[in-house]
Amino acid sequence: MEYMILLHSDESAAPDFAPGTPEFDEMMGEWMAFNAELAEGGHMIGGASLAPTATATTLHKSPQGNTMTDGPYAETKEQLGGYYVIEAADLDEALAIAAKVPIPYGSFEVRPIAFRPEA
Amino acid sequence: MDNIDAALAQLVRHDAPRVLALLAGRFSDLHLADDAVADALAEATTQWPTQGVPANPGAWLNRVASRRAIDRVRRLDVERRRTRAAAPELHADPNETTTMHDTFLIDDPTTDPNLSEDQLRLMFLCCHPALGTDSQVALTLRLIAGLTTDEIAGAYLIPTPTLAQRISRAKAKIRDAAIPLHMPEHLEHRLDAVLSVLYLVFNEGYLGRGEDPEPMRVDLCEEALRLTRSLLDLLPDHAEIHGLLALELFHHARSGARLDSNADLVLLPDQDRTRWYPADIENGNAALREAMALQAPGRYQMQAMIAGYHTNARDAADTNWERIAALYDRLVTIDPSPIVALNRAVAIGMAETPQAGLAALPQRDDLADYHLFHAAHAELQLLAGNVEAARAAFAEARRLARNPAEIRHLDRRLADTN
Repeated sequence: MEYMILLHSDESAAPDFAPGTPEFDEMMGEWMAFNAELAEGGHMIGGASLAPTATATTLHKSPQGNTMTDGPYAETKEQLGGYYVIEAADLDEALAIAAKVPIPYGSFEVRPIAFRPEA
Repeated sequence: MDNIDAALAQLVRHDAPRVLALLAGRFSDLHLADDAVADALAEATTQWPTQGVPANPGAWLNRVASRRAIDRVRRLDVERRRTRAAAPELHADPNETTTMHDTFLIDDPTTDPNLSEDQLRLMFLCCHPALGTDSQVALTLRLIAGLTTDEIAGAYLIPTPTLAQRISRAKAKIRDAAIPLHMPEHLEHRLDAVLSVLYLVFNEGYLGRGEDPEPMRVDLCEEALRLTRSLLDLLPDHAEIHGLLALELFHHARSGARLDSNADLVLLPDQDRTRWYPADIENGNAALREAMALQAPGRYQMQAMIAGYHTNARDAADTNWERIAALYDRLVTIDPSPIVALNRAVAIGMAETPQAGLAALPQRDDLADYHLFHAAHAELQLLAGNVEAARAAFAEARRLARNPAEIRHLDRRLADTN
């Protein structure tokens, strides 16, 4: 089974360490270890970390014409900040992987992938 | 014909959930098992009236349902092979083979060595936290208790199509999100979800009981007790299951005295204690002793101890409010919900002074819409001699109450303050 894990968390509370500082290195170390664990376990299909919602533009498409707004689709307390696409035996394994994502607070939505054209 | 109806009812209620659990375990497929059991039950309904009831109905169901499951697997297999030949790119998985044979299908389900584990796995699946509480309750009653969709809908006073849709959505999520049928890694945590479903079912039966009692309506209290007992058979060393059983029995002991001949609510202090069921109290005490012997305290055991102090008291004045208040002090540390805090305040009001109880009441904001918060507040105000404040709180409770017996009770209390 393939699942997507959508990582929602409060981006204003996200750590803002400057590259080169020990704090930054420690944070990156956690992510690299997590990614390596996913890859070694045969779970990693893909993923991405997104730039902050301040950079988002939302295109509203309709037959009457398309409009654009500055900002994310919805203003929420927690924002979509990234995602993983993983291979897991079942929902329990997918949830266990989601629980290990090195973000201390947030809401991680776990959804089965219905279809993936490149698979 | 009556015999056949009784045999069919027993088959649905007793044997079908067992066979379902066994087949779901064997085939690792809840949907297949559920469909196969439904096929077999339909066969029983048409065959038995003409051919008679088999000697061992459980074994019959196990055999027929297993055959239907294999038929379904074979049909699927044929379809798969057909599409594989036509469109091999859709079947890239080389491990996809079916290895189901007729060889294992002889036994009486109740003597199958896998039964306990299979039933437990299915129970954990029905109460998986990825499913909403309403779905957990509906699935447990349908797949574990063997109730029909009609019976569950009737017990909850909701339309059958609504409940049927709830069950089919939950089953679809189990299939599409691949919620697994296996023993959970963290058993204690998942057991908590199962216990909470059983207690919800019990409470629904307990609170909903009384108003125009319909003999045809399934008694959810009895179902919850039955399920708690069978969970205990499967996991006898878990103190909290004994605790939940004791709690349910203590409540059940008092159920006959909760309403008077006019179906009006009788509160605990005013209940006729000779109408309590002594067997339930005895069994509740025994369950509590077994729980305590396992030395693993928990919230259900604490609630059972509290209920036990009430139920074992000779009369209301004999109630040991000091011990009850002390138990609530402990309970509130593991279950810091506003409802527990409310009950603790009432106990403190009785054990110490009404003023101390009023001071211990939880924040009004947390329970503003909960009629029993206002009713308890009113009773404490009345005990403290504040009639005006009591009247206002009773009026608020009356405004929020929905159960007719409770509304009549609050009307009487309101009149008492005039």
